[in-house]
Amino acid sequence: MAKDAVGYALTALNRLASSDVLDKLGMRKSVERLAYTLTKGGFQVITTTARTFKSSKPGSKPERLNAPGHTKDLFDLGVTEEQQMIRDSVQSFATEVLREQAEHADAAQKTSDEVLAQAQELGLNFFAVPESLGGAATERSTVTSMLVAEDLARGDMGQAVAILAPMGVANALTQWGTALQQDKYLSTFAEENPPKATIAVCEPRPLFDPMALQTTARKDGDSYVINGEKSLVPLAGDAELFLVAAQAEDGPAVFIIEGGSEGFTVGEDPSMGIRASAQRPLTLDNVRVPAENRLGNGDFDYRAFVDLGTLGWCALAIGACQSVLDYVGPYCNERIAFGEPISHRQSVAFMIADIAIELDAMRMLTYRAVCRAEQGKSFQREAHLARTLVKDKAMKIGTDGVQLLGGHGFTKEYPVERWYRDLRAVGVAFGGLHL
Amino acid sequence: MNIEIPKKFKPLINNAYQVAQSTLRPLSRKYDRGEHDYPKELDMLAAVLDGFNEGDPANSAGAATTGKGTREDEGGVKNGSNMGVCLGAMEMCYGDTGFLLAMPRQGLGNAAIAAVANEEQLERFKGKWAAMAITEPGCGSDSAAIRATAKKDGDHYILNGEKIFVTSGQRADCVVVWASLDPKLGRAAIKSFVVDWGTPGMELARLEKKLGIRASDTAAINFVDCRVPAENLLGSPEIDTKKGFAGVMETFDNTRPLVAAMAIGCAKASLERIKELLKDHMQYDFSKPVDNCSAIEAEIYKMEADWEAAYWLAVKAAWMADNKKANTLEASISKAKAGRVGNYITLRCVELAGSLGYTEDELLEKWARDSKILDIFEGTQQIQQLVIARRVLGLSSKELK
Repeated sequence: MAKDAVGYALTALNRLASSDVLDKLGMRKSVERLAYTLTKGGFQVITTTARTFKSSKPGSKPERLNAPGHTKDLFDLGVTEEQQMIRDSVQSFATEVLREQAEHADAAQKTSDEVLAQAQELGLNFFAVPESLGGAATERSTVTSMLVAEDLARGDMGQAVAILAPMGVANALTQWGTALQQDKYLSTFAEENPPKATIAVCEPRPLFDPMALQTTARKDGDSYVINGEKSLVPLAGDAELFLVAAQAEDGPAVFIIEGGSEGFTVGEDPSMGIRASAQRPLTLDNVRVPAENRLGNGDFDYRAFVDLGTLGWCALAIGACQSVLDYVGPYCNERIAFGEPISHRQSVAFMIADIAIELDAMRMLTYRAVCRAEQGKSFQREAHLARTLVKDKAMKIGTDGVQLLGGHGFTKEYPVERWYRDLRAVGVAFGGLHL
Repeated sequence: MNIEIPKKFKPLINNAYQVAQSTLRPLSRKYDRGEHDYPKELDMLAAVLDGFNEGDPANSAGAATTGKGTREDEGGVKNGSNMGVCLGAMEMCYGDTGFLLAMPRQGLGNAAIAAVANEEQLERFKGKWAAMAITEPGCGSDSAAIRATAKKDGDHYILNGEKIFVTSGQRADCVVVWASLDPKLGRAAIKSFVVDWGTPGMELARLEKKLGIRASDTAAINFVDCRVPAENLLGSPEIDTKKGFAGVMETFDNTRPLVAAMAIGCAKASLERIKELLKDHMQYDFSKPVDNCSAIEAEIYKMEADWEAAYWLAVKAAWMADNKKANTLEASISKAKAGRVGNYITLRCVELAGSLGYTEDELLEKWARDSKILDIFEGTQQIQQLVIARRVLGLSSKELK
């Protein structure tokens, strides 16, 4: 509906009223008002440039890690001993550190350097880099990456994104990078101080489809010139290395862009949830990238690149929904109304049963798609079905988590309002992650 | 972790699929219209199934082999008879749910015998078609409220009571009857007895006329001073109030994933048919995010996602049973999910097909009627929710009623 005369009058009245208040309190200087009104367009800073990436001795061909072999043709939901060890340490880190810091990180819109340093001690990045490039990985398990994402998000989804974003870049470079790209960029992830890195796919418009990008990459001599806007990019303000999806003349492609490149700026547009991931929009204004920084050679599969990100979000949603289930049970068992715990009422108990049912459903579809990806089978259909189910059920679980706590759930005294906000991300996020 | 159906089940799935397509589908409408007519074509089919079962019990498609994990050791993990039975049932119900339920010697009573009978009983009841009689006019979901009694008298028990909703109750050779040794002692006193047809005092009261699965007869049976040999009691004759209901409830851990599989098979028929009917309206390439698809495409994708989730949940619950993992929670989750999804999909497909779906030229309307029972028997949707909620919340049946 278009704004009519009454609407304009109300808007004017509103402005008058607020400026009146501001004048009376004398709180706002004109400069701050300018920043306030121009938040979206006016707060642009240059991306970070804290490191020089250089190539020393690229191999003749890229390192590709094989998935752990499945020698037995049997349905099996079991995990390997190694995966169990990783899960145990990630889970205790998630419970002891991420959950404790979650409220603070959400408010600060940042995952603290201490938390990131502790996450690094888990050695996850080390396991994302092949041995020959200084890492410890001899195989690449998509299933392990998925389990790590689920378990981190069980602590806190926002911080999990901040921890996983650089890992996603390393995974993508391992899976798709050329020998030169791996030597120059991937090897740095095995260094003592690995780079902050992130993946930018999403663009700010309704019904965004990652296969229909408006960010463009125009070939110009031996470089590409990239223009466009990206949104919901984790760690965008601090990242030194970006994988940016853009439409090239021959189809969608991904470019490796170093922070600090000319015309490459980061803005500010805080989001509803996963605020600890410090996600921000990016603007690319004639950013020039060497042609050799286009990810992969002939074997790059943009569809799979996007789907491995989507499955990462599904895994995070599973972890966050598990934390909702873990939380509402004990709460409803303790919360007394009408003389007995509210969990003794079927209307409450059945909501919790439905969370348990649909959470398991989310798991099966996500695990299935990821298992197929790990084994080199087609998984586009499975990833599509997983996302389709997971986003609906996860958002419902986020909503029910608040509802089960009633008015208390609406306050920041309890974590369910954060999960309510965080879980919406699975419906809108593309990229940012790569299992 | 590997979420695929192993190749060894391919012949079983294919056999059941062939039966579904070539034998069951062409007869579906005939016995839907002719309720209570005996589907004589099934006798030959049952003989073929027996052949499959004898040849390779782990790969048989009948209920009789649930609950017995395979002996072969495949490096710790087993994909055994529970999984095989579920996969077979899916294909058979993709053909026709009523016929699967009417299949000779594959009744739920056979599953109960397989789960709890001792070696001597297994031998004695071998080859018999066993129906299952639990429900009474005054007790449905609360099977602990059973009024039928069994009184010890020498080396016999004397059964009295009225049983309803006995699937294949008339056609089976015998009926597994739940009755209480002492109604005052509650669940612990409930035992199951194998009663052969022809035993004096056992009498067919009527056959129900139903919404769906009309090919399967549903009997009401009366027991009046019916003398049953004591050796026909399944499980322990002792009343162990500590163990309570567990003995009889164990059967559900194997049969709930099986009923989930039936719902999945029935819904697969509807989903496949609606996709054929809508082929000019669907891209079906999974390339766009679901919110960017047309309304009809989005709806089909959502149903397919729910369906596939239900499928793998059933396989998971069966896999747990095969590997002797406690699966009460997962069995209920699989049945709850498959029950709600199966019923929703079959009904929605009728609607999407318009009048074509509502009339008898298509089987869509029949599948939508058949699917309702699968969200009811072996524990309704709401009973599954109760079981799940109690497990998740750690509550007793006294606390969460």
